[in-house]
Amino acid sequence: MIISQQKNREELLHNLEGKKRLFLVGCGACATACKSGGEEEVFQLQEWLASVGREVTGSVIIDEACHIMRAARDLRHHRDAVAEADALVVLACGAGVQSISTNTDKRVIAGLDSLFLGNIRRLGQYEEKCSLCGECILNETAGICPVTTCAKGLLNGPCGGMEEGRCEADREVDCAWHSIYERLKKQGRQGVFARPVPPKNWGKLRKPGRLKLG
Amino acid sequence: MSQLQNELSQHRFVVTTEIAPPKGVDLSAALAKARSLQGITAVNVTDNQGANMRLSPLVLAARMLEAGIDPILQLTCRDRNRLALQSDLLGAAALGIENVLLLSGDHMRFGDHPQGRAVFDLDSVQLLQAVAHLNQGWDMAGRKLQGTPSFFAGAAVSPAAEPFELMFQKYRKKVEGGARFFQTQAVFAEDKLHRFMEAARPVGVPVLLGVLLLKNAAVARFLNANIPGVQVPPELVDRLEQAADPLTEGVAIARRQVALAREICQGVHIMSLGHEELIPAMLA
Ligand code: SF4
Ligand code: SF4
Repeated sequence: MIISQQKNREELLHNLEGKKRLFLVGCGACATACKSGGEEEVFQLQEWLASVGREVTGSVIIDEACHIMRAARDLRHHRDAVAEADALVVLACGAGVQSISTNTDKRVIAGLDSLFLGNIRRLGQYEEKCSLCGECILNETAGICPVTTCAKGLLNGPCGGMEEGRCEADREVDCAWHSIYERLKKQGRQGVFARPVPPKNWGKLRKPGRLKLG
Repeated sequence: MSQLQNELSQHRFVVTTEIAPPKGVDLSAALAKARSLQGITAVNVTDNQGANMRLSPLVLAARMLEAGIDPILQLTCRDRNRLALQSDLLGAAALGIENVLLLSGDHMRFGDHPQGRAVFDLDSVQLLQAVAHLNQGWDMAGRKLQGTPSFFAGAAVSPAAEPFELMFQKYRKKVEGGARFFQTQAVFAEDKLHRFMEAARPVGVPVLLGVLLLKNAAVARFLNANIPGVQVPPELVDRLEQAADPLTEGVAIARRQVALAREICQGVHIMSLGHEELIPAMLA
């Protein structure tokens, strides 16, 4: 899931300058789960906008705002409300915002900051475990990703900053390499310690990414 | 062959220390400090140490070489991708620099530009491998070089890190990657140093023990709290606390470490924290 949080109201207000009438878009998937852009947040945004003298022409929660065609369809359903607005405020991740901006020539204002691809520990507690590097090493690291969970993304073992199994960058957090080592030991295998891992092939991570099946 | 490589190959006890480039463009103080050093085999030139921005170590290392001082150029993976690292290495070789110390680099959060983006395109093992390739006349992409460098590559190790085997696995990878000498993080616990040297001795790569001058108890406490991998045991902190002259006590502690290194290591790397004039006393 894409973890996002709302930009602060001050920043949003700055972006709203000169925009009187607004159409609001939320996302029924990630932004709903993150409590950054679901029904409730869209409603709160609407109330706040009224309090700062703005008019809301309408709103929609798109099932998955990252779905470009679905966003197009949902916007069409609200054609008139969108037409009346000076701008659209989108509470979705950056991908969602761009589904919208692909489908309208109106000014689109992003209301969230997108943070990372996150796992859910429990509702409201998210952790980054994978950064989509394009060349997965988990099979050798006992299912713990050093690319993401090591603060330096090292591939060959811990840095000199590890202390008592804690990370140099944040002593509250386990060193990823210590966790990998412990789990490999439990599994009785050498895994990533059996070979020097060569430099990562970042070429597999083409920017911008594209994948077309079939 | 660099002076460092030469002396290590002749099994002489070597002494290295380190100098940071200035934050600015005036090299005179750093060069004067380097020239004033006595009894030193080679001098590390630190690379944005602690993630604090300073002048390029390549430039200071080259100027030290001109002044007849054998530099050890430090390079971290934090600030450069594989192109920039190889490019700087070739530049260093062209300037006559042979000793390099290859490091991952401290995390950005410690430094003076915490908002910057760290690179870590390579890790220290991979950088060692890259240098080994360069030494064979090839870049990382397998392209032939015009003129082949002959780097004497070193790496860092934290002998006191726990768990021991995890740290040692990394040490082994560095040896396999091409490390020809090691400089250690400061070690104050003698038992841990013994344990490490017992395991490392059969590997046969020279180890220079990191000796850090404890100027006073406050410094020791600061190191414990802020410097990754350095632990000053409470007994030593107490000793510094109670000493009439903490600096003299610190020198005595350092001297003891040097004596231990003379027995079981191949050299020392002295971190004098601005007290270069005390290095002869530490070596005495
Ligand atoms: S190695 Fe880590 S970042 Fe890369 S794909 Fe696997 S889990 Fe994701
Ligand atoms: S302490 Fe461990 S997790 Fe933290 S940066 Fe070093 S190797 Fe990575």
